[in-house]
Amino acid sequence: MKKEKQSVDRELVDRSFFSRVEPYLYLLPFFLGIVVFTLYPVVNVVLMSFKEDYSYLSRSFTQWGFGNYRIVLSNRYFGQAVGNTIKYVLLVVPISTCIAVVVAYLLNQKLRFNALFQTAYFLPMVTSVTAVGLSWKLMYNQNFGIINYLLSFLGIDPVPWLVNASWSLPALVIFGIWNILPFTIILLLSGLQNIDPQYYTAARVDGSKSLRIFFRITVPLLAPTIFLVCIVNTISSFKVFSELYPLFSGKPGPFNNMYTVVYYIRKAMTDRKYAVAAAAAIILFLFIFAFTMIQTFVRKRMERRGQ
Amino acid sequence: MRVVLDHITKRFADVTAVSDFSATLNDGELVCLLGPSGCGKSTLLNMLSGILPVSDGKIFFDDEDVTMLPPEQRGIGLVFQNYALYPHMTVLGNICFPLETQHVPKEERLARANEIAKLVHVDMLMNRRPAELSGGQQQRVAIARALVKNPRLLLLDEPLSNLDARLRLEMREEIRRIQQRTGVTTIFVTHDQEEAMSISDHIVLMKLGVLQQNDLPQNLYNEPANQFVADFLGNPPINNLPGTVSGGAFITEEGDGVVKMPLFEGIADGRKVNLSVRSESFVLDPDGPLACEVTRVYQMGKEEMAYFKLGECDFRAYIDADEGLKVGNRVRLNLKKRGVFVFDRETGERIK
Ligand SMILES: Nc1ncnc2c1ncn2[C@@H]1O[C@H](COP(=O)(O)OP(=O)(O)O)[C@@H](O)[C@H]1O
Ligand SMILES: [Mg+2]
Repeated sequence: MKKEKQSVDRELVDRSFFSRVEPYLYLLPFFLGIVVFTLYPVVNVVLMSFKEDYSYLSRSFTQWGFGNYRIVLSNRYFGQAVGNTIKYVLLVVPISTCIAVVVAYLLNQKLRFNALFQTAYFLPMVTSVTAVGLSWKLMYNQNFGIINYLLSFLGIDPVPWLVNASWSLPALVIFGIWNILPFTIILLLSGLQNIDPQYYTAARVDGSKSLRIFFRITVPLLAPTIFLVCIVNTISSFKVFSELYPLFSGKPGPFNNMYTVVYYIRKAMTDRKYAVAAAAAIILFLFIFAFTMIQTFVRKRMERRGQ
Repeated sequence: MRVVLDHITKRFADVTAVSDFSATLNDGELVCLLGPSGCGKSTLLNMLSGILPVSDGKIFFDDEDVTMLPPEQRGIGLVFQNYALYPHMTVLGNICFPLETQHVPKEERLARANEIAKLVHVDMLMNRRPAELSGGQQQRVAIARALVKNPRLLLLDEPLSNLDARLRLEMREEIRRIQQRTGVTTIFVTHDQEEAMSISDHIVLMKLGVLQQNDLPQNLYNEPANQFVADFLGNPPINNLPGTVSGGAFITEEGDGVVKMPLFEGIADGRKVNLSVRSESFVLDPDGPLACEVTRVYQMGKEEMAYFKLGECDFRAYIDADEGLKVGNRVRLNLKKRGVFVFDRETGERIK
């Protein structure tokens, strides 16, 4: 009996070299793609960011060091870009998440015209940001835009959305929220559909009204999805650029006041300061990393506290 | 609290799940709602809890018409088949939740939660999450959550079906104990006749949405209202011998057995009936009317379970082991008075 088992094991060992290697063979093509198109550029960017006086054409540089970082950090536009970007993230992520939770919740009810609502909400997802950005630019127009026209019914004077420095961040944030909503709603909707309706029944029998059920049952059970959405949206909002570009005709705001970090990086690249752009990209990465770490930490704390 | 179901009907798009159902459930009793799967037990329960609206009829709690009341105003506690404990709350949070909605002050909330937790023996688990509990523990917490608001009526929908056999026996006793301690009127849904027989004060037996019999457990067994009730209760199942009545006697299909009993007097000649006999209601009798052959014998302690063949018909009977039955024996059987019924074969109606 024992002997038989051993021989079976032997056979397993003999066969196992190929069977161990086989899965990796299947992964190889994809892995090569990652190495060439992701890993190599990433490593290159990290290296490049430390090459002082780097020339892209000759690939020459004077020495390794933090020179590029000093240039970036002492640049007045970069400081402004970081400020704008953080403000943008702190406004867009929470506001869009809150709106999306409510909208997803409503879409998840069995409403009439549900299909119509869903199409309306998911439309931005299938359109190009740049194209939509151009129409938002028209809608924001101080004199002829539909937004000011609608606001006039509320007795609000025309808002200089795109031509006044203090209104450019709100304009960008509103467009950014609108743009990010569909994706957020889809994720949250799928999260909602994973909640067993029995909990709602139980809560109703326990005497809860809709509002309490929403805050005490729906939101906590949706928390993992909400967290996922926050992380993903934080990352994408930190990289805000394609929302900015069409609104201000390719300029960073009406008075160069709306730099964002990615805009700064793009600008450095068009100025052929690739190493500077690389350093800025690394700094952006550190910001994103720090923010997601904080979010993860907060979530862990909340989970442990419980109710 | 007395519960009155007054001609309740529930229609879904293509099925009538409950039809013209009337029953009165007494205050303080544990009533089992019994019936095969899909017969409308959950539907009936959900109408009592207010989760489902009725299509027709009225529901009274004591003298109050609650037919239109939403669940939160009915003062009921509900235990789901899979417990439906809120996964993001601790045991304490789960038990307190119904009180929160009633705006009970926090001190009192905790006091009542602890009291009820002691009653169902989960007081040492208060800070656990549902995922960290065994099935039996989740069950207890679910009962505690249902009881903490002092409901007028406790509803349990197949509460034991997710537990393994041993735990099921244990929790069955527990539910009985808790019900007797609190005295709350309780409706317990199950498809398991043995479960129903062992814990309930009354059993309401239904089939395809129609009430069959609402009676004491022993009455369901000893005085079944119709063929379905007789078939549904009892293990082993009741033996049905098809035959015809003629001249005040029962004649088996093949005509090889003639049973003369007062039972058959007054039944019209030629009526097709089932003679239904509980396994414990046969006796060996050399002068008995049923001549049959022994086909199998199982030793079961003092008694034996013997299988007999009478014409085309097989049946089971408990026979004293001292009789020493062997397979192939030809014996004659007689019937006792108890546990012998006659049902119309077409309608299933009991003929007395
Ligand atoms: N929401 C519903 N829509 C349509 N039919 C239903 C619905 N709920 C239950 N039914 C039907 O009603 C009948 C009774 O179901 P149910 O009350 O769940 O039975 P039980 O609990 O006794 O197993 C079944 O035929 C079931 O298919
Ligand atoms: Mg059911």
